[in-house]
Amino acid sequence: MPIQYYIYLCLALFSIGIIGVLTRRNAIIVFMCIELMLNAVNLLLVAFSKMRYAAAVVADQNTSVGVDGQLFVFFIMVVAAAEVSVGLAIIVMMYRNTHSVDINFLNRLKN
Amino acid sequence: MSTIEILFFFLSALAIFSAIMVLVSKNPVHSVLWLIAVFFAISGHYILLNAQFLAIVNMIVYAGAIMVLFLFVIMLMNLNAETEPQKHLWMKLAGVVSGGCFFLVLVSLVRQATDLNGKTALMKEGNIGLIKNLGKALFSDFVVPFEITSVLFLSAMVGAVVIGKKE
Repeated sequence: MPIQYYIYLCLALFSIGIIGVLTRRNAIIVFMCIELMLNAVNLLLVAFSKMRYAAAVVADQNTSVGVDGQLFVFFIMVVAAAEVSVGLAIIVMMYRNTHSVDINFLNRLKN
Repeated sequence: MSTIEILFFFLSALAIFSAIMVLVSKNPVHSVLWLIAVFFAISGHYILLNAQFLAIVNMIVYAGAIMVLFLFVIMLMNLNAETEPQKHLWMKLAGVVSGGCFFLVLVSLVRQATDLNGKTALMKEGNIGLIKNLGKALFSDFVVPFEITSVLFLSAMVGAVVIGKKE
């Protein structure tokens, strides 16, 4: 599959995530759109890793080129899991204080 | 068209349609369910690229753990579609236009890039995505970042508990 198809697909997913962050006011939906953007980048990293592997496997059958790209995706998932736990705790705390998840309330973090 | 191409376009259409539905849905629970559909489509893409380990991890971690966490939080808050404040129509339009401009600029950039011509991603073959090769690299070359992630998880856990506990 040509690499351009994967780039277009991931760009579309990333742009949808950006549009969601810009247009919604529910903090949880904004957070979910950030997850969507992370996943678009993950898919593109895997596609590029297979692209490099396809170029290298012709010369050497047992090459391990491209493994690092897939491990980056693994680490991005790990960081995303940690980020979600802290972010959702912050949203729950914000809901407990303001009884709303409207991000416009976040312009006054004090009190 | 070969089977791989049909699967690729089907999964791409499913991913983009579900991603749009995440934004369009009024009910946050529906948004979460559509986002799970996006993650399953992306897992399908990983399987097409023969990245089997990442496909399973994506399903377990994202579609399983993270999305269940989102669902719990939404159901704890008892959010309704009527109570959600909406942005002004002009603000929404400005957001869509700026996101669309971003998309168009990057697409034109990729179309002009001559380096990418003839480059293909290897589908359904290659063994770098198997757990054997990934595990070898993870525990030899990447062992220091792997250990640091355990510290990261510990700090995230402590942070979530400290932030989330009542005064």
